[in-house]
Amino acid sequence: MLSVTALFLGWEAYVQLSGISPTALPAPSRILVQGIEQREALAEHSLATLQATTFGFACSLSAAFLFSVLVDFFRPLRRALFPVFIITQTLPLVAIAPLIVLWFGFGLTPKIVLVALVTFFPMLVALAQGYEATDRDIEALLASMGASRVRIFLSARLPSALPYFFAGLRISITYAVVGAIFAEYAGAAKGLGIYILNAKNNFRPDLVLAAVGVSATLTLTLFGATVLVQRAAMPWARLAESKP
Amino acid sequence: MSTPRLELRHVRKRFGDLAVLADISLSVRPGEFVSILGPSGAGKSTVLQLLTGALAGDGGDILVDGAPLAPGSHRFAFMPQRDALMPWRRVIDNTTLGLEVEGLSRKTARARVEPLFLEFGLSGFEFHYPAQLSGGMRQRAALLRTVVQERSMLLLDEPFGALDALTRREMQHWLAGMWTRHRWTVLLITHDVREAVLLSDRIYVLSARPARIVRRFDVPLAHPRPSAAAPQVAAIEADILKTLFHPEE
Repeated sequence: MLSVTALFLGWEAYVQLSGISPTALPAPSRILVQGIEQREALAEHSLATLQATTFGFACSLSAAFLFSVLVDFFRPLRRALFPVFIITQTLPLVAIAPLIVLWFGFGLTPKIVLVALVTFFPMLVALAQGYEATDRDIEALLASMGASRVRIFLSARLPSALPYFFAGLRISITYAVVGAIFAEYAGAAKGLGIYILNAKNNFRPDLVLAAVGVSATLTLTLFGATVLVQRAAMPWARLAESKP
Repeated sequence: MSTPRLELRHVRKRFGDLAVLADISLSVRPGEFVSILGPSGAGKSTVLQLLTGALAGDGGDILVDGAPLAPGSHRFAFMPQRDALMPWRRVIDNTTLGLEVEGLSRKTARARVEPLFLEFGLSGFEFHYPAQLSGGMRQRAALLRTVVQERSMLLLDEPFGALDALTRREMQHWLAGMWTRHRWTVLLITHDVREAVLLSDRIYVLSARPARIVRRFDVPLAHPRPSAAAPQVAAIEADILKTLFHPEE
């Protein structure tokens, strides 16, 4: 917190003392003032980005969960599918984003597709790894009780994967925002991405940076939300300290 | 003489080239406490895996109440080496696990285990999470989870192996007291000679891998056992140790 404040103060002081043009490097104070002036536009575009992020992420989460279960129950599928998924991770976003916009238009769909493309595989890997981390003794115990495979999955493998799931969620949610902005940058009616593109083309780096500030705030808020959800979903995780 | 609850006749098991069990024969009568004692890595746990159905044997017979053990019949209540409590379930919901797998509703299952918490020294901790319990309490919860299944026999796989020496001693005496009251039929796997003598009616000593029964010891002392310093106990312990260290004599 202190280092961030120092950084901004240094930045402000440099701009004021050097007299550099605001079209090259605007001062933080100018970014803030202009950002507040443009708050209605920024809010509108942020909302579009938030919508694309949450929809895309929801789709990707559902798909990742579905595939993780499939792959857990039918092992050969894993060998067949994982190479394909890994390839999706090697695609450069810069190249793929305009194509997806070309195929799916300027609406919400291309954003959802791109966000899903970026976050699906990390979530799938997190879940698959989480299932594998299940305590063998717990599985042996359930089997000795006569539990079915589905039962073992629901009672042991799924809860064991929760810490991995949340670790994946924290990372993916930040990718999701970046993915949405990227898709908008490649072409959109609304969104922080297109706002940034327009501001850049109008030689307004102050507005570009204001939008960057908003997107960073958005990401941090979503990140914080996942931490809160994790605490609520795993109340036992913070108890190890309080033994009788 | 009554039919044994469990009888193993010349049971063998190998994993590929590795012969783990060469020839295991033993029997457990209803209400008896029997131990299998052997060096680490001798295949003691393999015996239990054959009984829980986690592994299939390569030869010999496993008889339960005189009939061959059917695959997938789940006749025994199994307590694994470490307590294997689920950290995400409250203590009471850990103890009802077996009942829930059998198809009881959570409410019915809870009602069944609740009266037992006092005897197991866990009352007041029903709604705690396992992480909040001490090692001894966790082990008692694991045993409670095992006995409420009301199977005809308990299989205990080195249940106190992971505890510190002091807690282990305390838990062994506690189990001795509990067993004296309930007279469960028990097969215990252990490498602790004192534990075996304190608890068992009969002890089978295994050789190193490939395992066979080197010798069987009957412990003709009344339960609960006199303290470890008593001469009969010390004599049996000395005899077992001699067998473990010099199995060929």
